[in-house]
Amino acid sequence: MIGDFTAVAGAVLRRNLTHAFKNPALLLPSLIFPLIFLIAFAGGLSNIGNVPGFDFPSGYTAFQFVFVFLQSAAFGGVFTGFAIAADFESGFARRLLLSAPRREGIIAGYVVAAMARWASTATIVTIAALLAGMQVDGDGVELVGLVALGLLLNTAAVLWGTGISMRFQTLQAGPAMQIPVFLILFLAPVYVPLELLKGWIHSLASINPATALVEAGRGFISGEPTVVGLAYLAGVALVALMLVWALTGLRRAERGA
Amino acid sequence: MTSTLGQVGLIARRSARRTLRQPALIVPSIVFPLFLLAVNASGLSAATKIPGFPADSYLDFGITVCFMQGALFSSITAGTEIATDIGTGFLNRLQLTPLRRVAILVGQMTGATIVALLGAVTYLTVGVLAGVDVKSGIGGALVLVLYAVFTAVAFAGIGATLGARTGSAEAVQGVFPLMFTVFFLSSMNVPRNLIGVHWFRTVATWNPVSYLVEGMRSLVITGWDATALLRGLGVGVVILVLSFWAASRALATRMART
Amino acid sequence: MTNDQGILVEGLVRTFKGDITAVAGIDLEVTPGEIYGFLGPNGAGKSTTVHMLTTLLPPTAGRARVAGYDVATHGADVRRNVGAALQEAALDAFLTGREHMDLQAGLNGLSKSERARRGTALLDRVGLTDAADRKVGGYSGGMKRRLDLAMALVHGPSILFLDEPTTGLDPQSRSALWDEVQRLATDEGVTVFLTTQYLEEADVLADRVGIIDRGHIVAEGTPAVLKREIGGDTVEAVPADPHDTDRAAAVLARFGEPAAHSPKGVAVRTRHGAEQLADIVRALDDEGVAVGSLQVHSPSLDDVFLAKTGRSLEGAGEAEADPGEPIPA
Repeated sequence: MIGDFTAVAGAVLRRNLTHAFKNPALLLPSLIFPLIFLIAFAGGLSNIGNVPGFDFPSGYTAFQFVFVFLQSAAFGGVFTGFAIAADFESGFARRLLLSAPRREGIIAGYVVAAMARWASTATIVTIAALLAGMQVDGDGVELVGLVALGLLLNTAAVLWGTGISMRFQTLQAGPAMQIPVFLILFLAPVYVPLELLKGWIHSLASINPATALVEAGRGFISGEPTVVGLAYLAGVALVALMLVWALTGLRRAERGA
Repeated sequence: MTSTLGQVGLIARRSARRTLRQPALIVPSIVFPLFLLAVNASGLSAATKIPGFPADSYLDFGITVCFMQGALFSSITAGTEIATDIGTGFLNRLQLTPLRRVAILVGQMTGATIVALLGAVTYLTVGVLAGVDVKSGIGGALVLVLYAVFTAVAFAGIGATLGARTGSAEAVQGVFPLMFTVFFLSSMNVPRNLIGVHWFRTVATWNPVSYLVEGMRSLVITGWDATALLRGLGVGVVILVLSFWAASRALATRMART
Repeated sequence: MTNDQGILVEGLVRTFKGDITAVAGIDLEVTPGEIYGFLGPNGAGKSTTVHMLTTLLPPTAGRARVAGYDVATHGADVRRNVGAALQEAALDAFLTGREHMDLQAGLNGLSKSERARRGTALLDRVGLTDAADRKVGGYSGGMKRRLDLAMALVHGPSILFLDEPTTGLDPQSRSALWDEVQRLATDEGVTVFLTTQYLEEADVLADRVGIIDRGHIVAEGTPAVLKREIGGDTVEAVPADPHDTDRAAAVLARFGEPAAHSPKGVAVRTRHGAEQLADIVRALDDEGVAVGSLQVHSPSLDDVFLAKTGRSLEGAGEAEADPGEPIPA
């Protein structure tokens, strides 16, 4: 049984990665957008770091890097979701559903593929930030903690995209995958810490689970961990919720296969 | 034979119809910029505390971003329309009539212009309702809308060039990240003199988008600033002339009829 | 060159970048009021020829006159006199049928009142009155083709180009389109240049057929004359056991030249098929080949194509060089 599961997951992973890396046009958006945001936010808005009350110890580049890092994880998951929808449109996903002995392995394969694709984006974004002079005050464990947060977001996002793809089975559902993720990310403290936000955005950001992840990530990179428990709880809860979403989507797709 | 103006009218009517019948083209171009404005106005409100920041409210400062994003959407709309006509063979059908090239180019811009106009009016209305104080008054607000539409048409020429050259709607949309980058590497989000990173400030200074933005923005946060307005308009005219010339050349290659 | 109102082509050539010769020097003449069928497999050069004759592509060499005007130097005059329904239906999914007619008529210089009158009349003629105010995105393939035809006729052209007009249509829609084309030629004297890869279409509709293969016209004439030139009958046998196909082919080869056949059968062209039938049956029996079915029929246009090119028309041909990419060599 486990053998079947890993065999299916491995097949999906290999195929997805081969397809992605052989078609640069599929990879480029997930690479370009985080870099644009890093340049625009950390570069263009750097003086925000001089605003009274902004006392992030590692500087504005590191502050923005964390947001962009986690954003790239989330969008990396979404772009893998697009790939799943494209697989349905081409008929490949249907073949998978018909032939795979353990269909849950399909989801696992896509999840690992998303992680692998994100690894390349995360590496490039990190190198760009370091070249831009980013200050890293966290130790190895804390940086692993940051990466773990990214993996949680990446997994949650790809499971979200999987659930949508399994249900709608068309690339036209792309906006349905993308928009909620976009909203959740941008209703977190993007430009300044939570305590410097005011009004409705402060209220929304306070209850947004992404806020905990972003703040914890910023704590990791500055060597001053904060809201770690809450962040991992939120991350794991998101993953659990999205796993249910993806699995129920798989059952629906099976009925139609 | 129908006059050139008549031909422009026929193509324009078609472009308007097909645009207005696709809410999926119009709604995102209105909703997304407003959403980002709401997030940025709140999220970046602290930016107004930076010494030398030219506005008391980031909402006043940032509303211009909506108009620039509207221009981007217009560009994609124009390019996609022409590319689709090439891909489906509709351009061949048009070529079999006495239709002149200038009529296709000008007429096809109608859809993109409508997107830009609807967007500009909506952004301004929502902005004013949310508290934007247009320092140049009602006249300035009107000029702002016209300026925004003019900018959008200039960028629509870029989209049309891409659409005519590639004949592929996917290729046009694929350029979106690049244009997005060019917009971000400007003074769109923060005044040029307050950009802390030197190379970024240099790029923003050379980037024509900065002058378009600053011209528009001056109507909101300054009042009637002739220098900023003329610079912006000048840049816009250059982009318009170059982009329409390039689009015309690209269409000429596509329209190989004898 | 004479023939002021039809089509006259001399040595027409079209090459594309990458040394692709889509049309390699063709000569043909279509008299006014004639239905000319241009038959050939995919990639033969049919659409490229149509694009040149409708002025959408300049010829690389050679001359062509359509409705009395040179396609290379008097393109606007040619376009005024021709209508074309090209390979793609080329419609806007977001416009209604009536809006399409209005646009086409307006661009062709018709006045507002004339546009409305002509649009309504043509939509009625092609049976789209009920669907006229629906968006074309909801039309079936047959409806799109009919609208395409109506748009091609809006300015009353004397010459009509139809590029594979019935590809993808169901038999009923195909038949309806054939009737309309026949009526246009017979009642209105419209000259029709029709490209097709369907033998039956050329056989049924065309007064004369030109068969094109790899850019060259390999045969031209009325369907009856072309088939008569080949001569003889075709005997086709379908073995009861598919594994006997090769043996059956070997037996039949003793009686004549190989001929076009259905996928499961083998065929031979003979001088006197009916008289030789008994001998053929005996020969097959002697070889132990059980026969599922046996037919004798007169030559088809496919037989003509096979005789001229050594290949069967059905299943021949690769993808045609895309005439929509006008990159001159």
